[in-house]
Amino acid sequence: MKKNIGGRTALATAVTLFMAMGIAQAEVVKIGFAGPLTGPSAHQGQDVEHGIQIAIEEANQQQLKIGGEVAEFKLVSEDDVADPRTGTAVAQRLVDSKVAVVIGHYNSGTSIPASKIYAAAGVPQISPSATNPALTQQGIPSVFRVVNDDATLGRYAGNYLVNKLEAKRIAIFDDRTAYGQGLADEVTKAVKAAGGNVVVREYTNDKSTDFNAILTTAKAQKADAVFFAALDYQAAPMAKQMKNLGLKARFMNIGNLPNEQFKQMAGSAANGVYAWNYGTPLLDMPKGAAFEQKLKDKFGVGVVQSSPAAYDATWAAINAMVKAGSADPKTYLPVLKSESYEGVTGTIAFDDKGNLKSPAATVFQFADGGWKTMSVERN
Amino acid sequence: MDGTFDILLQQVLNGLVLGSIYALVALGYTMVYGIIGLINFAHGEVVMVGAMVTISVLSMLAGAGFAPGIVTLLLAIMAAAVVCMLLAQGMEKYAYRPLRKAPRLTPLILAIGISIALQNLAMMIWGRGYKTFPEVIETQPVEILGATLTNVQVSIMIISVVIMLGLWLLVDKTRLGKAMRATAQNQEVAGLMGININRVISATFLIGASLGAIAGVMRAINYGQADAYMGLLLGLKAFSAAVLGGIGNLFGAMAGGLLLGLIELLAAGYAGQFTGGFLGANYQDIFAFAVLILVLLFRPNGLLGERQADRA
Repeated sequence: MKKNIGGRTALATAVTLFMAMGIAQAEVVKIGFAGPLTGPSAHQGQDVEHGIQIAIEEANQQQLKIGGEVAEFKLVSEDDVADPRTGTAVAQRLVDSKVAVVIGHYNSGTSIPASKIYAAAGVPQISPSATNPALTQQGIPSVFRVVNDDATLGRYAGNYLVNKLEAKRIAIFDDRTAYGQGLADEVTKAVKAAGGNVVVREYTNDKSTDFNAILTTAKAQKADAVFFAALDYQAAPMAKQMKNLGLKARFMNIGNLPNEQFKQMAGSAANGVYAWNYGTPLLDMPKGAAFEQKLKDKFGVGVVQSSPAAYDATWAAINAMVKAGSADPKTYLPVLKSESYEGVTGTIAFDDKGNLKSPAATVFQFADGGWKTMSVERN
Repeated sequence: MDGTFDILLQQVLNGLVLGSIYALVALGYTMVYGIIGLINFAHGEVVMVGAMVTISVLSMLAGAGFAPGIVTLLLAIMAAAVVCMLLAQGMEKYAYRPLRKAPRLTPLILAIGISIALQNLAMMIWGRGYKTFPEVIETQPVEILGATLTNVQVSIMIISVVIMLGLWLLVDKTRLGKAMRATAQNQEVAGLMGININRVISATFLIGASLGAIAGVMRAINYGQADAYMGLLLGLKAFSAAVLGGIGNLFGAMAGGLLLGLIELLAAGYAGQFTGGFLGANYQDIFAFAVLILVLLFRPNGLLGERQADRA
């Protein structure tokens, strides 16, 4: 019996040693991602995931050291189906699997409820795309975004409609998501402040593709501009239905345009469509073309929307961990807050609330088979 | 578009276009229910498959160098109808037929299961995002008394009416139609009279599926896109339309579909106006279902439904 116990002890010691060696060889740092990987906005979520994957791959190739050990970064990916309830469930799963940082969520509607779970667990959250102002107004010290918020963008868009496009009677629609509603409210405010007239303020839901009813109302009100806060799979049918109904008004969208798919989806109705996007045009950025090429080589699709911001968010977190010498949020969070990093989308430096210090926004117009940059607005 | 009449007419026409699509799908539900008393919840997915196959065939034909046009579209629709018919045939033969004598709840749950399985299968085949319906037909505006529709929307309404008339002739005037009516009345007695019950039921599924395929294409071409989930809400609405009109009744399904489309568009167009902005266009589905509930409260068998003492 005694011998047996000795044998067990030896075995246990060996196992413990082996495990300790395993840890000493490479420190695994888990980087969490949550966004829609199924459903109508799946390609947006996948785009974010692509950006994170490129950053992680580069970081692993560089054999970065965190506190003397070579760090091995690993992606932990969760599908929140763009649903707030699923979003909080997967947030808890990410916290339970001990991620060092969460890049996400894609939607504001999922990011805000999930942020409370990350805050309680002390896990920093950097959203590449959630733009609802409320996200960074909750007083959570560990929440960031690598994109300008809707209040800024809505102000730019409302001013542009009234001052540059000289629209007199504006119809404003949204998809009634936290994202669309917040944005459309900001545009409404800005239009009124600029002296414009909002003749229709209506909303649909994020599943519908039939907008004939509200567009007919806009036509009855003789709207000369239509603003719609929604993603491309709804903006395209709306552009088509405007054309079909003979509603001759300018169409402006904020959502996930400009992208290449829109041309196919909207067909000839794509011509003349205005679209705002966060940041500056990718190809105008010093590292933009190289990033687009990297994405195309690895995944076969280029940038859809938020992959550059996701890439920058991931690198901002990795840089902070390397500089702080720890993947422990308590140690690297102050570094993340104070550091500045030159990313694909520009300078990533956060203000005290977690917003970018100098966010830019660009308005595009579709003409001659492609998107043309009309103007870049900056704070 | 100055007067309120023009706007009303526009909303009504929009509603009729949507309603004709609902009606075609509703016919698939009502025919199957009329014959074997089963609510085939997988019918919405058959519609989705119809739309997706058409898109795939169209892009294949475009890849093979066929110029887009009415001929390629017809080829694609035929291919989709064949796929949908095979799918419906398979469902009927291998899933519903063995359960024909089982308690009514069993095939109903099976239908829901098939619906979920088909949705996920479609996601695996066609991907998780939406598919763009290529512009095979150039859309042109058509003016009707001051309201504007497109040539595609007008075609959708005309084709629906033609199909419904054809279906009515088929059920009312042909031998197959007579056999279908006989089977609906009493399967066993119809069998004793020499009617091949299995063939009649199969034929019912096939006709429903081909109507579904056409409806799927109409919906995809009208909105320019389709995805793996499109069958879910479309199926639910069409089923409601069938119940609204009186399930089991062909004219009921047609009337129910058109009515549901009208209610939806009118509710979406005027809800904000009449409630001072309290209820918006995003409540259009709620109005449709509220009307359904009201009709069922006062006419449990639907608008055109007859009392069926022998069916629970």
